[in-house]
Amino acid sequence: MAAAAIQLKTALPSLPDGWSAEKDFKPMGSLSQPTSRAIEPVGPHFLAHARRKRHKRTFSEDERIQAEKSAKKTEDEDVGEISEPEDPMMLQREAKDWKSQDHYAVLGLSKKRWRATEEDIKKAHRKKVLKHHPDKKAAHGQEENDQFFKCIQRATDILQDPVKRRQFDSVDENADKEPPSKKDVQKKPGNLYKLYGPVFEAEGRFSKKQPVPQFGGADASREHVEAFYNFWYNFDSWRTFEYLDEDVPDDNENRDQKRHQERKNQNARKKRKAEDNQRLRKLLDDTMALDERIKKFRQEGNKEKNKKREEKEAAEKAAKEEAQRKKEEDERLAKEKEVADKASREEGKKAKEAAKNAAKKNKRTIRNAAKDGNYFAEGEPSPKDIDQALQDTDALILKLDADELAAVTSKLQGKSGADVKAVFQAETKRLVEAGKAKDGELKTFS
Amino acid sequence: MNAEDGDQASRTAIGISFGNSYSSIAYTVDEKAEVIANEEGDRQIPSILSYVSGEEFQGTQAKAQIIRNPRNTIAYFRDFLGKSFKEIDPTPCHASAHPVEIDGGKSVGFTVQETEEGEKSTLSVSEVTTRHLRRLRQSASDYLGKDVVATVITIPSDFSDSQKSALTAAAKAAGLDVLQFIPEPISSLLAHDAKQQLSESSSGAPKDKTVVVADLGGTRSDISVVASRGGIYSTLATVHDYELGGSSLDQVLIEYAAKEFMKKNKNATDPKSNARSLAKLTIEAENVKKALSIGQTAAFSIESLSDGIDFSLTVNRTRFELLANKVVASFGRLIQSAVQKAGLDVLDIDTVLLAGGSSHIPKLSSSMQSIFPESTAVVAPAASASAVNPSELVSRGAAIQASLISEFEHSDIEGSTEAVVTVTPHLQKALGLASGKDGEQFSLIINADTPVPVRRTAQVSVADGGDVLLRIAEGEREIKVTKEEKPQTNGAKGEDDSDDDSDDEPEEVREKVWKAGKVLAEAGIKGVKKGGKVEIQINVNTDLSVTVVAREVGGKGGVRGELEATKA
Ligand SMILES: Nc1ncnc2c1ncn2[C@@H]1O[C@H](COP(=O)(O)OP(=O)(O)O)[C@@H](O)[C@H]1O
Ligand SMILES: [Mg+2]
Repeated sequence: MAAAAIQLKTALPSLPDGWSAEKDFKPMGSLSQPTSRAIEPVGPHFLAHARRKRHKRTFSEDERIQAEKSAKKTEDEDVGEISEPEDPMMLQREAKDWKSQDHYAVLGLSKKRWRATEEDIKKAHRKKVLKHHPDKKAAHGQEENDQFFKCIQRATDILQDPVKRRQFDSVDENADKEPPSKKDVQKKPGNLYKLYGPVFEAEGRFSKKQPVPQFGGADASREHVEAFYNFWYNFDSWRTFEYLDEDVPDDNENRDQKRHQERKNQNARKKRKAEDNQRLRKLLDDTMALDERIKKFRQEGNKEKNKKREEKEAAEKAAKEEAQRKKEEDERLAKEKEVADKASREEGKKAKEAAKNAAKKNKRTIRNAAKDGNYFAEGEPSPKDIDQALQDTDALILKLDADELAAVTSKLQGKSGADVKAVFQAETKRLVEAGKAKDGELKTFS
Repeated sequence: MNAEDGDQASRTAIGISFGNSYSSIAYTVDEKAEVIANEEGDRQIPSILSYVSGEEFQGTQAKAQIIRNPRNTIAYFRDFLGKSFKEIDPTPCHASAHPVEIDGGKSVGFTVQETEEGEKSTLSVSEVTTRHLRRLRQSASDYLGKDVVATVITIPSDFSDSQKSALTAAAKAAGLDVLQFIPEPISSLLAHDAKQQLSESSSGAPKDKTVVVADLGGTRSDISVVASRGGIYSTLATVHDYELGGSSLDQVLIEYAAKEFMKKNKNATDPKSNARSLAKLTIEAENVKKALSIGQTAAFSIESLSDGIDFSLTVNRTRFELLANKVVASFGRLIQSAVQKAGLDVLDIDTVLLAGGSSHIPKLSSSMQSIFPESTAVVAPAASASAVNPSELVSRGAAIQASLISEFEHSDIEGSTEAVVTVTPHLQKALGLASGKDGEQFSLIINADTPVPVRRTAQVSVADGGDVLLRIAEGEREIKVTKEEKPQTNGAKGEDDSDDDSDDEPEEVREKVWKAGKVLAEAGIKGVKKGGKVEIQINVNTDLSVTVVAREVGGKGGVRGELEATKA
């Protein structure tokens, strides 16, 4: 019994820091709900199971019933009666007219059609065989007419062959859903979706790409609707029209005629395919024209656009205004500046003039001070003294700027005699110290 | 089941595969099942009875009568047993005796000239079955030198209760006590596993696997998807095709041969339009088909096929395979639909066991190999030399089962096969260890669809040693599809999103990956030595509580914990 241990190739994680559990085991959940199935009462290992299960145990009737009910069924229900009523006209069909036969109806699958799975077809076929097998009719003493049985066989032949089935599905008009009229669509608000949904579902059977996006409802998102039309405008269809070929004579004699017919068929297929593409395109154009969602999105789009435009315009206007304002402001400032500049220029001129005048006046005062100070001589000044004094005073004046002139002038205020000389001497000394005059340059004041 | 009763012990029980087209009988000697040949040396005995001048023929001799004496030859009757006339499909009987309505439509019979003279008689299907089984029993008794009184008979998995009780009664009338009916696909699997065990001389349970058993017979094909867990089988899904089988392939050859005949003999009568010619063609087509399973060529050779013209035609295997293409594709689709019905992917299938006579055909096994991934073992004579003869799988399994239970009392067998015993909860999700840095990797210990109770032990190496964490979790199988870009030489960079070229579409690579799902428990194993191994045992108990035991291999102590039972 002890089966060998399974060797697992995996790296176990280290215990995380701080991991702890009572007795190093941390329960965290229970098994998912099990599936109840019957095991097969076969083989040595089952015997062991049965022994374990029955060991000293009898089962109650309830348990028996319960067990039977709970087991998952693996066999399908028996093929019952044929559910779709059989059209008496259909039962009269001749097998040779198979091209015009509705294979799905013959098998009782007119509801499912292209949606029928291979299993559906098998089951449907089975049902029909059980009912219509000619040997059964013969056993009942009925006349042996196997025409409808042959129709059944033909239908199954075609529908069970994936290639042939597509060829038939391509031209199965009974699976087509005619697009609704404009009037019907507009009768009631929800009609569009109710009426067009099935049209595209049916149309979608031809798509190489599956699943096919569905039409959707009124509240479908813009992405959905866009994806839908995108898909359908780029529809990749497997639809073909071989099924409508005209018979090609298959004797060897009429080779030319055969080739001719084949070419005709080829062309007819191409033409039908092209027409079909056009048909789909028109269907889409029509649908789109009626699709309120498109309108809604467009309006929403327009509103959005308008809003954006208005915003843009407002922004532009604001920018313009701002620019205007700025321009005006600049101009104003420029003007002000000009005025101010002018004023200050004039003021400066005046001040300069005043300063000049003041300096002139000061110079005069200083020069006069020399006279007032007796030309800095003791006693009566000689002409030479006078000459020297004036010469030195002028030289001093030349060395003084307007401010210094003013300062000296103010120091000379109310001074006479030797005091005047003192002022001159002090000034000369300052100049010498400032390096503006050479020592002894101004003899009179040294 | 208990072997108690003394006089049951001595009875001889065989396995019978009672097929719609062929039957076969088997017996076990020293645990090895062997198929018994009848007095004509046939191990595949046509399930056919024929009445010729008051004499009854069975098997191959009876089959030959389909040409000369079709209306008194009864073939393909098994599937009519226990059914009303309304429920049967008479198609396979077209070339032999036609079924008729008896008991006011409640059952089916055949009207044949049973005696040399006088009135024709109508034999019920039950009666025909009894006569056929009696012949089989006789053949077995003669071969074994013991009176065979009991049997395990195989039946299709969709046999109804009324079919079973009709068969029980018919067998009883033939002197055979039916110990148990077992489904054909399960019987095949049992025989296959038994052979495997024997050749590997292992005594434990076979490895867990998910198996598709494809029983490709004469007139029908039955596919079962079976979970095999610890040697216990649970059927996950079945599909049946009552019109696809070896005769569909015969048909292909018949069409071809008839066409060739008409090409050579432009003015002759089409052999298909004449019952006798068609019967000859049919029998020869089957022979040619069988010969092509072994050889590369085979020949039709029919005396006086139509209008007294002899016919011979050599067919090579390639030609046959070409003609059979469509039928082979139908087998493929049928098998895939079964996998789908079980909610599985072809990647989930470990083994495809081909059973039934048609499984001899090499093209069928190679087509299976192309449908399933390389990891799937296709078991058929053309694919593996060790495969059991697919025509014998069913009866061998029945013989093995017969040897297992022949000593039990009826009530005991019944008590063990009723739903209270067989209906068992199966794990919905796989169980195993979650690992990886986000704990999302998953290592499988117990697969989904395993019946409980179940116990499995697993070991993991711990290279670095230390304290390790075991995270017990449920696992989900995902199918990962990646597009493998064809290696391209011209580096077309920058246009990577414009690969709409249909003719070099990237190849899809599909793989099965396990992802950890719900975590059920954590266990810490401390102080594992470098290069040590940790062992974990998971026990799922009958009440769906789980016991986990984990320890270092060779270490002392260990961790033990319980998980509460799932609430219904
Ligand atoms: N070697 C073979 N090669 C090809 N087909 C075979 C071979 N042996 C048997 N068959 C075919 O297998 C079918 C019978 O399958 P089998 O499983 O024995 O019968 P049943 O239908 O009774 O289950 C027939 O169509 C037969 O022609
Ligand atoms: Mg069989």
